[in-house]
This record gives sequence, C-alpha cells and structure tokens, in this order.
Amino acid sequence: MLTFVVRRLLFAVPVLLGVVFVVMLTIDLLPGDAVTLMLGEHATKDAVAALREHLGLDKPFAVRYLEYVGRLARGDLGRSIQQNRPVAAELADAWPATLQLATAALLIAAAVGVAAGVVSAVWPNSVFDAVARLASLFGLSMPIFWTGLVLIVVFSLWLNWLPVGGAGSLSHLVLPAITLALPSVAMVSRMTRSSVLDVLREDYVRTARAKGVGEWWVLGKHALRNAFIPILTLLGLQSGQLMGGAVLTETVFAWPGLGRLMVKAIFARDYVLLQGAVLVFALAFVIINLLVDLSYGLLDPRVGRQL
Amino acid sequence: MTAWRRFCRNRLALLGLALVVVLALSAVLAPWLAPLDPARQSLIEKRARPGAKYLLGADEFGRDILSLLVGVLSMAIALVGGLLLGTLAGFSGGWIDAVLMRAVEILLAFPYLLLALAIVAALGPGALNTTIAVGIWGVPAVTRIVRGSVLTLRETEYVGAARALGSPAAAVLRRHIMPNIVPGLTVYATLFMANAILLEAALSFLGLGVQPPTASWGLMVSTGRDVLLVAPHVATVPGLAIMLAVLAFNLVGDGLRDALDPRLRGG
Repeated sequence: MLTFVVRRLLFAVPVLLGVVFVVMLTIDLLPGDAVTLMLGEHATKDAVAALREHLGLDKPFAVRYLEYVGRLARGDLGRSIQQNRPVAAELADAWPATLQLATAALLIAAAVGVAAGVVSAVWPNSVFDAVARLASLFGLSMPIFWTGLVLIVVFSLWLNWLPVGGAGSLSHLVLPAITLALPSVAMVSRMTRSSVLDVLREDYVRTARAKGVGEWWVLGKHALRNAFIPILTLLGLQSGQLMGGAVLTETVFAWPGLGRLMVKAIFARDYVLLQGAVLVFALAFVIINLLVDLSYGLLDPRVGRQL
Repeated sequence: MTAWRRFCRNRLALLGLALVVVLALSAVLAPWLAPLDPARQSLIEKRARPGAKYLLGADEFGRDILSLLVGVLSMAIALVGGLLLGTLAGFSGGWIDAVLMRAVEILLAFPYLLLALAIVAALGPGALNTTIAVGIWGVPAVTRIVRGSVLTLRETEYVGAARALGSPAAAVLRRHIMPNIVPGLTVYATLFMANAILLEAALSFLGLGVQPPTASWGLMVSTGRDVLLVAPHVATVPGLAIMLAVLAFNLVGDGLRDALDPRLRGG
C-alpha cells in the first residue's frame, strides 16, 4: 500500500516536470513579448534589454527551464511580473476560493448524479428515466458560461434571490457551484445509470435475489458497491473538467479564485504567474486521481490486496 | 441489419442529424436567411427584442458558419495528428511508442481547457489560432485511441496472415488496420465536434478566441454580458445556438456509436 502511494507520487514528478516544460515552451513561442507589453511600445531598446536581463529572459530556453525547475525544487515559484509579489503568495490567496467552489460542485455532481442515475437504472425506461436522460443530454451540451449567465438572469435579476457575483457568504456560492456542477451531474448520472444497469444483470445479483434478499439490500450491498468503481474513476476525471470549468465559472461570477487569476495572467502576459497556476491545477489533478485509485481498495478488497 | 438502418431507427439520433443539417444549411444560406449584414450597425434598433424584423433580436444570426468551420477544421487537425502519431506509436512499438505515450500522458494531465488556454496564450487570439489550439488539444486523446486499436489489431490473425504472406507494412496498415479503426474514430470525431464547438465558444467568451469584428457565438455571449441587465436576449440567444449545435453533434455521435458498435449499446 505504502509502496504504491510512493511509486505513484514519484511517477507524478516527471508528469509535472513535463507540464512545466509544455507551458514554458508554449509561452516561449509567444509572439507578443511580456517585456514590450510591460514597458509600452515606446520603450527604448536599452530599457527592454535591461528588463529582459533582469527577468532572465535573455538566457536560452533550456537554461531557463532548468533554473525554474531548480527553484521549484526549493519551493520557489518566482515573482509575478505584474504585481511583483511572490507567485506562491498570489496562488495561496486564490486557491481556497477555487477549492471551495470545486468541492461544492463535486459534491453536487456526486449526490445528484448518483441519485438520478440509480433511480434511472432501477426503473429503466420509466418517465423519470426518460426525463433524466434528456436532461443529462442538455446538461452536457450547455456551455458552462452561458448556464451561469442564464442562472444570473433568472435568480439574481428576475427573482432577486441570490447575488449576481462575488464571494463571501454561502449565498454567493450557490449559483457558481450549480453552474460548475451541471455538466458533471449529467456525466455522472449517465455513467451511474449504465454501470448500475450492468451490475444488476450480474449473476451474483440474481443469486442474492433468488435467496430472498430484500431489493434494497441487493441494491445497497451488491449493486451500488460494485457500480461505484467506474463512477469514482469518472469523478476523478471530472475533477479535471471542473478545474477547466472553474476558469469560466469564476470569470462569469467574479469569483476570486485560481481560474480568474489565470485568465488575468494570460491577458497580462504574466508568464511566471501563469506557470504557477497551471502547475497547481495539474498537481491537484494528479493528487485527486491518486486518491481515486486508493479508494478502489476500500470499495473492492481484491484491489486492496494488490496495492 | 446495416449500421445505417440501425442509425435510422434511433429517433434522437435522426433529430440530431436533422439539426446538424439545418445548422450547416443556415450557415451556408446565411446571406439569404439574414439579409441584414452582420457588420452593418443600426444604433436606433440595437438590442431590439426578438420580433418579426429580427428573427432572434437585433444583431446576430447566421454566424454559426465560423463556429462550425472552427469545429470541422480543428477536428481535421486532431484526427490527422492523432492518426499519424497513434499509428506510429502502435505499429513501431519500442522506444518510439514509449516516448510518444509519455508525451501524450503529460498532455492529458492538463485539466480540460487549460492546455487549449496555454496554446492560445502562446499563439495569440484569433480565429485561425483558436482552430489550431482546439485541434492540438484533441491530438493526445485521438493518438491514444488509435494506438490502442492498432495494438489490438496488430495481434489479430488476419494481420498476422497478411504479414506472413509478405505484405509490406504500409499495405497492411492501409488494407487491414485503417478500415477497422475508422468506425470507432467516426464516433469519436462526431463527439469531438461537440466539444470543439464548446471549447471555441469558451475561448472566445474569455476573449482569447475569435476577435471582433469577426463574430462567433461565444464572443456574442461575452459582449451580451455587458448588457445583461437591459437586454438579456443578446447573451442568451447565441448561447442557445451553441447548446443546440453541441446537442445535435452529441445525439449524432451517440446514435453512430450505437449503430456502428452494437456491443457498446445500453448506455
């Protein structure tokens, strides 16, 4: 078990180094230069050269990459170009808001998605099933930023129930969390439905029913427990979708999180901040999927023994 | 029963196909459907409510041509790139396979949207760059699918027989492996169109995609946001268009999957 965790964490290192490499390389190909943007178009050549040197941009790409990775190993993410604050501090300010939003969305996705999927699977082709499947198709097709705007129009402008944007109280969280959760609710309910349907066809479910086990017991003890593994895998992968969606949701609702920070960094050509933000997202994605892999062991003792 | 017959029996999939056709037609016929030039401005009537004169409200109709074009072109980039890399990895094996698959894993470790954001940040905004970004974003997933199929097919008896008979690798690829990859890939390509439209809309919404005065649905939602209070339809109608387009491709993709591979059915 422990060796599995350690091995997986070690495996994450090259992946994260690769993520840094790709981000730095794409930014390196950037036609618009951060330095020119900072100094304005009328800056003298000397000033541009001096700032480039100060930021270390005059060095070749390979040197800069190795230097960045070296500093990263010491926990130093560099200083943001725009605010001239440590990137670590800027990220530390922003990530709790994103964590809050993503956790709320993931909980909604898991609760609503699993519940709807189970009901659909237990009564397939019922009215509920048809409505839920249609709704999930729409949920998958709605652009997330548009869902957010529609929710704002209905619940904030017309009904005046919830705030338009910003953060602070629980009421601020409701609309962004629902917006972010909707596509995942759709995915999870579809997955749950087909996965529970598959399990209900298994021999051991028939055996359990044949020996007179109550339907609820069959569902809870046999069906759900076995259906949960693909659902958990999906939830882990959905966390990546949630992070991407967070960028859009935070922009729509002026939510002060990592996603908004990242969009700001892109517009300001603040590549140091952008690198840091992408790194945090990728790290979170890797950790979440590691947790998902570990939880298989809890659900399925056979997997647990192999770890 | 042929795949096409199975597809036709799926009413939702047919509805999706009809929607796709309507979208494509409205894109091609845009100049006649919407006689008002999208670039022409009318200050008095701006933000007029949907009505007889303006079918969906002032400003914006028939602009889906760009969103669809971005989707189709980026799909082509993703398919060509993924097919080449996936076949290379699956067929050659060894260190080429190892290196390519590690690279794919790294690209897939980027949460959705972030890779496209990074690419657009590097290339700069604009319709062409958005297309390239969305296309590159799709390459790793296609590569993995193709490599997986090639690996399985490489071990089949008919491929072994063809090689034993002395067929060159290129002929084996073309005659025995490609035809078997195409059905699965068609399904993926259709579902990819749905995602590509969503991604283009998202990038344009953030201001990193298509730039004004060129119109795109995502951009229209974004500009509509500023007048959300006085004229909510400016932001909501183009969003509805995005949703219909994505829904149409999702329905067709699901239908194709059920029709082409009955074993996957049931979902």
